[in-house]
Amino acid sequence: MTASDFLSRLLAALLTLFGVGVVIFCLLRVVPGDPIAMMISPSATPADITALRAHYGLDRSIFEQFVIWIGDVAQGDFGRSISLKRPVVELVGERLPASLELVFAALIFGVVSGGLIAVAGTLSRKTPVEPLLDLINGLFLAVPDFIWALALVLLFGVLWPVFPLSGRMDPSVSTDFATPFYLIESMIRLNLAVMLDILGHMAMPVLALGLPLASIIARTLKEALNEAMVQDYVLLGRLKGMSEMRLVLGEALRNAVGPTLSLTGVQFTFMIGGTVIVERIFSFPGIGSMAIDAVINRDLPLIQGIILAFGTLFIAINIIVDALSNRLNPRQTHG
Amino acid sequence: MTKPVLSVEALSALSARNGTYVLSDVSLTLQPGEVRGLVGESGAGKSTIAKAVLGILPSTIRIAGGWIRFEGDDLLTARPSVLRNLLGRDITLIPQDPQTALNPARRIGAQLTDGLRLKLGMNAASARARAFQLMDEVQIRDPARVFDSFPHQLSGGMRQRILIAQAFAPNPKLVIADEPTTALDVTVQKEILRLVRRMQEAHGTAVIFVTHDLGVVAKICDSVTLLYSGHVIEQGATADLIERPRHAYTRALIAAGPRYDRPGQGLQPVPERVFADLRKEIGQRETADV
Amino acid sequence: MADLSKTLNAILREPRAATSCCFLLLLVTLAIFAPALAPRDPLEQDLMLSALPPAWIDGAEPGFLLGTDDLGRDIFSRVIFGARIALIVAVAASFFAAAIGSALGLIAGWYGGWADRIISRLIDVWMAFPPVLLSVLLVAVLGSGLTSVIVAIAIIDWTRFARVVRAETQAQAGLDYVTSARAIGFPQGQILMREILPNVAPVIIALISLQMGISVIVEAILSFVGLSVSSDIATWGGMIASGRQLINESWWVLVFPLIALFLTVLAFNLLGAGLRRALDPVMRR
Repeated sequence: MTASDFLSRLLAALLTLFGVGVVIFCLLRVVPGDPIAMMISPSATPADITALRAHYGLDRSIFEQFVIWIGDVAQGDFGRSISLKRPVVELVGERLPASLELVFAALIFGVVSGGLIAVAGTLSRKTPVEPLLDLINGLFLAVPDFIWALALVLLFGVLWPVFPLSGRMDPSVSTDFATPFYLIESMIRLNLAVMLDILGHMAMPVLALGLPLASIIARTLKEALNEAMVQDYVLLGRLKGMSEMRLVLGEALRNAVGPTLSLTGVQFTFMIGGTVIVERIFSFPGIGSMAIDAVINRDLPLIQGIILAFGTLFIAINIIVDALSNRLNPRQTHG
Repeated sequence: MTKPVLSVEALSALSARNGTYVLSDVSLTLQPGEVRGLVGESGAGKSTIAKAVLGILPSTIRIAGGWIRFEGDDLLTARPSVLRNLLGRDITLIPQDPQTALNPARRIGAQLTDGLRLKLGMNAASARARAFQLMDEVQIRDPARVFDSFPHQLSGGMRQRILIAQAFAPNPKLVIADEPTTALDVTVQKEILRLVRRMQEAHGTAVIFVTHDLGVVAKICDSVTLLYSGHVIEQGATADLIERPRHAYTRALIAAGPRYDRPGQGLQPVPERVFADLRKEIGQRETADV
Repeated sequence: MADLSKTLNAILREPRAATSCCFLLLLVTLAIFAPALAPRDPLEQDLMLSALPPAWIDGAEPGFLLGTDDLGRDIFSRVIFGARIALIVAVAASFFAAAIGSALGLIAGWYGGWADRIISRLIDVWMAFPPVLLSVLLVAVLGSGLTSVIVAIAIIDWTRFARVVRAETQAQAGLDYVTSARAIGFPQGQILMREILPNVAPVIIALISLQMGISVIVEAILSFVGLSVSSDIATWGGMIASGRQLINESWWVLVFPLIALFLTVLAFNLLGAGLRRALDPVMRR
C-alpha cells in the first residue's frame, strides 16, 4: 500500500465515520422517552427542567445540535453521560480496555484453534477423521455467540462449575491498577494470582466469542489448504522429500493464509459486535454491556460515544487487515 | 546390451470408477541416456504410465498387474523407505504447467535448494552454489536476481527453465517430462525442447518425454512408444517409426501433423476408418487376454 | 414447475437439508396449530406447580413434560407457542431484508456510477455499526412490539443481501448473454428483470434461508434483553432470560428453549447450504 493509497483509505474511513455519526444522531433524535424526565427528582419545577434541557443543549434545533455535537466530537469532547453524570470519554476509556482484552483474547483463541483444526483436517485427508471433523465443524458453524454463551453457562454453571459466571475478576482481588488493561498489566507485573483470576473470569466470554470464529476459520482455511495441496508445487515438494507436515505448514499454508485473513478481519468485527450480548450474559464490565444499559436509560451522549467507538474500531480493523493482506501477497509487495 | 534404467513389463491398470482398463499390457524398456517419447492423444494412458513410475497415481486408478522395474527393482512392490530414496533423487519430474509447479509464496532460490538440501543433504551454502551452477546450465542470465525472485516475477519460459534445473539438480538417472512445453508459447517451446535435450546429454540422463505431438518427438526423442486407449500400438527408434510406420494409425498420425519439410502435405485428419480398425483391433486384443 | 420439482428433488437427496426441511415443517405445523397442540395455556400461572422438573426426573408432575418455570407455566407449551414469534419474525424480517437489499444490490451492480457509489458507501456505513447494538437501539427507537422487531432486523440486515447481489449482478452483467441482449437493444430494466434477476435469484433464496436463522437469533436476543414483544407472549428469548436467572435452581427453564432455538438456527443454516448447492446451475447436472 503506497502513501497515497493509505491517505485515500483514511479519507474514506473518515467519511464513513461521519456517515455513522449522521445516522446515529438522526436516529437518536426520534427516540421516544425523554432522557431528562428520567433523571429529575419528582420535586423538580418546570424551570429546573428547562434549565436542564438547556444544559444538555436539547432546546435547540436538531441541525444546530448536530453541528455543535460534531464540532465537539472533532475536538475530542463527546459530552457527558446523562445517566452516569460523567464525561463519555472517561466512561468509554474505562470500559473499552476490558472489551479489547476480551476480543483480542478471543481472536487469538479463534485463530489458533481454527488454524489447528484446519491443519489437522488437512493432515488427516482420506482418513475417517476428516469427515468427522467436518461434521462437527459443520454443526459448530451454525452456533452463534449468543447460543454458545448460554450453553457455556449451562455447562460450566451447572454441570461442571469450575469457571466464574460473571464479572471481570473476583471482588476480593485488589483493584490497584495503574492502567485499565488489567490482564496485560498483571501479566507484565508477573502477578500470577491476579492474572489467573482475570483469565478465569474471561474464559467463558472468550470461548463464546471465539468458538464461532474458530469454526469459520477452520472451514475457510481448510478449503484453501486442500486447494493448495493438489497443486503441482506440493507434488514436487513431496518428490523433493518433504514430510506431509512440512508440505502443509511450509508450502500450502502460505498460500492459504491470504484468503483466510480477509475473512478473519470481517469476522473479527462481527465478533466485536457480539460483545454487546455476550458481555451482558456474563455481566462482564466492558463497553458492550454498558451499551445496552445506555440504550435502556436513553442516555444519548453515551450511546453516540459508544457507537462511534465501535465504528472507529471496525474501520481501523478493516484498514489493518487490508494492509496485512497486501504485505502477505508477494504479487503486490514486489510487483 | 547394458542393463536398462527402466523396464515396464505387462503393466495393466484399472479405473476404480467404472472398471475399464486405462492401461493394458504395456511394456517398454529404456536404456541409460535414452530419450523416449510417450505419444498418444489424451486418455491414451501416457500420463498414467508416467504417474505410475512416480508413484503418484490418483486414487481413482488401480494397478491390475505387471511390473515397473527401475534398475532391476520393482517400484510397485518396493518398500516406502526405498521409494522415498529413489523418487526425487534418481527419478525426477519436469511438470506440465510452470504456473502451478512453483509455490507462488516462496522465492525461487528457496524452492531450487529444497531438494538439494533434503535429498542430497547439502548445507545452505553448497546448495546455493549448486543452484547458481544449475541456473547457469539452463542459461539463466541473471541468476542472482532470479534466485531472489518470486515465481510471478518470471516469464513462463523462465519458470520452466527453473523446473528443468530442479529436475536435473540431483543428477538423476531418469527424468520424466510431462508435456513440459504444452503450456508455453510456441516460440519458447523450441528453446525448452533443446534445453531438455542438452541437459539430458550433459548429465547422461534417460528421459521419458510425454507428449501428444509427434513433431516434438521427431525433434528430440531417440525412440517412441505410441499409445492408443491404454494399448501400445507401435514402438521403436524414432527414425524407423517415422520413415517406415507399420501401423495404419501411425501412418495416419504422421499424415495429420504439419510437415515443415514438405509444405502442401500434412494436416490430413485421421480418417474415421482408421479409428474403427483400431477399436476392432483393441477389442480383439482384450478378448485374447481373457 | 419442472424446475421447482428438480430443485426439491436435489434438496431432498441431501440428508442434512432434507432433515432440516422436515424439522422446519414440523415447527411450522406446531406454530400454526399451537392452541390445539399445546397441552396447556402458555400463560397460565400456578405457583403451587412452580419449578417442576421435566417428566423423567424425580419430583415431576404428570402432564408437565418439560417441567414448569418459576411461575408454574408449562415449558413445553411455552416452547411451542414461542415458535410462533420466532417463525413470524424469521419469515417477515428476512423477506423485507431480502427485498430492500436485493433491490439496492441490483441497482448498484447494474447501473454502477453514482448509484453504486452511494449504495456502497451506505453499506460501508451500515457495516460500521455493531448489528446487535443497532437492533437494540432501533427497537428502543421504534418501541417494543413484533413490527418493530421485524423492521429493525430488515433495516440492519439488508446489507447482507445488497453486498452479495451487487457482486453477483456485476459478474452476470459482464457475461456474454447480457452483452448480446444489450446488442439486440432490449431496454435496461427488462434485461435486469428478465435476464439478470433469474440468475441472481438462487443466491438470494439461499441467503434468505440463512437470514431466517439470523433473524430467529436476533429476535431471541431482543427478547432476552426484554425489548421484543410484551412479556405476556411466550418467546424463546424471554424464556432463556428467565432461565439464565434460575440457572442454579432449575436448569430446565433455560435448556429447552435454548435447544429449540439451536435446532431452528441449525435447520435454517443447513437448508441454506443445501439450497445453495441445489440451485447452483453449475453444480446441477
